[in-house]
Amino acid sequence: MPATPSHVPEPSRTDPALIRNFCIIAHIDHGKSTLADRMLQLTGVVDQRQMRAQYLDRMDIERERGITIKSQAVRLPWAPTTGDGQATTHVLNMIDTPGHVDFTYEVSRSLAACEGTILLVDAAQGIEAQTLANLYLALENDLTIIPVLNKIDLPAAQPEKYAAELAHIIGCDTSDVLKVSAKTGDGVAELLDEVVRQVPAPVGDANAPARAMIFDSVYDSYRGVVTYVKVVDGKLSRRERIQMMSTGAAHELLEIGVSAPEMAASDGLGVGEVGYLITGVKDVRQSKVGDTVTQLHKGATVPLGGYKDPKPMVFSGLYPLDGSDYPELREALDKLQLNDAALVYEPETSAALGFGFRVGFLGLLHLDVIRERLEREFGLDLIATAPNVVYRVIMEDGSEHTVTNPSEFPVGKINEVFEPMVRATVLAPSEFIGAIMELCQTRRGALLGMDYLSEDRVELRYTLPLAEIVFDFFDQLKSKTRGYASLDYEPTGEQTSELVKVDILLHGDKVDAFSAILHKDKAYAYGVRMAGKLRELIPRQQFEVPIQAAIGSRVIARETVRAIRKDVLAKCYGGDISRKRKLLEKQKEGKKRMKMVGNVEVPQEAFIAALSTDDGDTAKAKK
Amino acid sequence: MPDNGRMPSALPDGEAVPADGSLPPSALDGSASRPLGFYLHVPYCATRCGYCDFNTYTATELRGSGGVLASRENYADTLIEEIRLARKVLGDDPRAVETVFVGGGTPTLLPAQDLGRMLAAIREEFGLAEGAEVTTEANPESVDPGYLERLREGGFNRVSFGMQSARQHVLKVLDRTHTPGRPEACVGEARAAGFAHVNLDLIYGTPGESDDDWRASLEAAIAAGPDHVSAYALIVEEGTQLARRIRRGEIPPTDDDVHADRYLMAEEALSGAGFGWYEVSNWATTQAGRCRHNELYWRGADWWGAGPGAHSHVGGVRWWNVKHPGAYAAALAEGRTPGAGRELLSDEDRRVERILLELRLSDGCPLTLLHERGARAAARALTDGLLAPAPYAQGRAVLTLKGRLLADAVVRDLVD
Repeated sequence: MPATPSHVPEPSRTDPALIRNFCIIAHIDHGKSTLADRMLQLTGVVDQRQMRAQYLDRMDIERERGITIKSQAVRLPWAPTTGDGQATTHVLNMIDTPGHVDFTYEVSRSLAACEGTILLVDAAQGIEAQTLANLYLALENDLTIIPVLNKIDLPAAQPEKYAAELAHIIGCDTSDVLKVSAKTGDGVAELLDEVVRQVPAPVGDANAPARAMIFDSVYDSYRGVVTYVKVVDGKLSRRERIQMMSTGAAHELLEIGVSAPEMAASDGLGVGEVGYLITGVKDVRQSKVGDTVTQLHKGATVPLGGYKDPKPMVFSGLYPLDGSDYPELREALDKLQLNDAALVYEPETSAALGFGFRVGFLGLLHLDVIRERLEREFGLDLIATAPNVVYRVIMEDGSEHTVTNPSEFPVGKINEVFEPMVRATVLAPSEFIGAIMELCQTRRGALLGMDYLSEDRVELRYTLPLAEIVFDFFDQLKSKTRGYASLDYEPTGEQTSELVKVDILLHGDKVDAFSAILHKDKAYAYGVRMAGKLRELIPRQQFEVPIQAAIGSRVIARETVRAIRKDVLAKCYGGDISRKRKLLEKQKEGKKRMKMVGNVEVPQEAFIAALSTDDGDTAKAKK
Repeated sequence: MPDNGRMPSALPDGEAVPADGSLPPSALDGSASRPLGFYLHVPYCATRCGYCDFNTYTATELRGSGGVLASRENYADTLIEEIRLARKVLGDDPRAVETVFVGGGTPTLLPAQDLGRMLAAIREEFGLAEGAEVTTEANPESVDPGYLERLREGGFNRVSFGMQSARQHVLKVLDRTHTPGRPEACVGEARAAGFAHVNLDLIYGTPGESDDDWRASLEAAIAAGPDHVSAYALIVEEGTQLARRIRRGEIPPTDDDVHADRYLMAEEALSGAGFGWYEVSNWATTQAGRCRHNELYWRGADWWGAGPGAHSHVGGVRWWNVKHPGAYAAALAEGRTPGAGRELLSDEDRRVERILLELRLSDGCPLTLLHERGARAAARALTDGLLAPAPYAQGRAVLTLKGRLLADAVVRDLVD
């Protein structure tokens, strides 16, 4: 094992020719974090004693679910044992990319900071849809691809089969596919050598005004926002004043340095180097991923390309189960937003659920992670309404409405409704083609194309309305393919559709939490299902309660909760009195949790149950 | 053969009862103005009925800790121990006993003389008030004219028979072993023995019972000539054989609406025959025919419940005995109270109890018991036809027929 290299180039004084910036593209569970751990150990930056599994993943949820949400960059010294650069200490910047479909934009910025990538694939499972999508992103960014099969120590590994698949996809020779076991460390040193050999050194103009691209920013409660950048041109130095080119905002550079992997301050960062900046800002939205950092004085005039504002795609109402937790929910969202520029929310009031927030997310996983963090880290019990997408409604008079909450769908003469579309990629064994096509068909999908990746694995590409996949699409896909299919999607604009709003009325009063925007062909089924479900869930009242599903004033489904006629215990004698008084106290507590919809008392549990079964449970729509 | 349910099987949570059973001094404040009654529990049955969750045992001998034997043979002696304890606890309380009620279980599984000895112990320790009401529950199968005469001789003047239904197939679902017609015959035998007051208990809403079955039961009960009828909706209690059979789908559950219909049928038939309701599930032909002992429960009076699992109430203290006859006998053998737990009622507890108990009575409860929100709820209940207008105008909340069926819902609103 090579020890820590003796002569390690210092940050700000590193020859770009010795720098290799790379990332690892991998599917969840394909071993990226384990490989990163192994690299930290091999290069000696983390000793055995400090090592803990998945060193770079800091959040509990990430570690538990084995996924990475926030990326980081680590500077690794490495002197190759073979080849041209042998014995010369190089600087390898390993940039960790977010591993999920919702964070495509963040992934693309991480990739843009690299010149090469390790394409890491489980030798027992083959490539998955998200990995393929990220691979395409890497190819668009002209990255050098190093294909690697991991877990070759597994009995179920089929390295030959999947090497052929990888070679077919990226157009290389099967012999170019490296084989490693991140778990045992087998082949990892050779992989580092290949990174030095194959990944091009970064190229930039050292004499130009500084231009550094932000590929991540993380809020740290002690230090404020830590911004991760790659310097493309020029040099950033400590105690310099810098400027964010998208907003023109200026900041004092309080600290600049590299992660090795603990933060270590340096004099600055030069061309091709990757490191962090601290300016004292407290909110990641002031340090946006994709933005260009330059000096305030004599700075660059043209920013680096590719910057986009994060745009929420999926909305859901989040309500505290206990209304008195509303201030805690607000505080928790405020805190999460410090570290999540894509999280947006505004207060909303629901007659059924009380005070809460309409929260916008990048996608389903984003929603799921936020909800889980609110519940786990902040101890909140939440009700979430069924997730919905953003609609653009054009009225006959030409006015336009943006609808993020179905209950706000405009009334009156509507000319056109636009809904967001996605381009979805599904990878699966070819035996499931029929099942997948059938599913996509019922979700209003249009087939774009289909390719065989290998003899028995196929890639299907569909255009689908985003609204059709925010419910339970992924669950359905998994169950129809025995868990083998993987899914990736990216927004591709919008299309006009025949959409209607279905309202659910209890005793004539609309229950805002159940309003939904649906394709007209699906409205009836939704109405019947919700009315039926509510009939089971709403306790009988002292009067008859009609439950109606309606489009505008047209009722499309109706159920009735019969009036209760008997609510009295037959017996109340000496031994029953204590029990009965205690029961009464319990019932009074229960009554406090009742929500009033008009005159109808509805237990909160009924709303939760109605929102959390087959079509509404976001918790089930994981990954 | 428990009929009146003085004793649900699950005991409430509460604080411990002092070993000598003593009461806080405040419990006897103003006791002179409250009547005192005795409930005596007999925890034995020949067989357990499928719907029953009362504290009763089919074994004839049960052992407590230390090998103390509780048997049917020595049961009266054990219970008399508790009557003597009651005398000690109540100290120099000068009250004579107004009512005695022996329930079960099946009291008539014991010899009539044993029931008479228990009553004699009360008479000896406390004295019986002039015109005291002395009731026992009786199983139609386990009594005959001789037995009833011996009860009369012992001092009993009211008897309550568990009739339940006039239909064989309904009795079968309830696991009742008596033959149809036998309870009605008992009424005549009791009258002949000199009982002034006779009750028949009926159960409606048994799975498999039709409207016609229920009407026939009502008619048979009325024709037998009791001066009191209790009619209870069948409650399927968790943990009973009946609950298991329903869960397994062997027997269909009864819809609440059916219960409501049957209740209305009972009201119609009984009021047509000259019975007047005075409590949600109880009807009597005359004021004197009402069960004064039960009225004690409903009007916050004092009573001592003796026997395993029996509940007592004296001056805002409720307590309950250990359930198992063996443990019960063991406590008394060691000179300890058989009390398992108790609760001291706060003023608010007592207010709530008054509303929930008195609202079930035909006299209702005074509107002055209600807080502001409860009073508003009462006004709404009046508008909704759940409270009767005439008594309301005179300051009392009295349920209408529709209100009786929704009594618990009205109580929930009124206690606010």
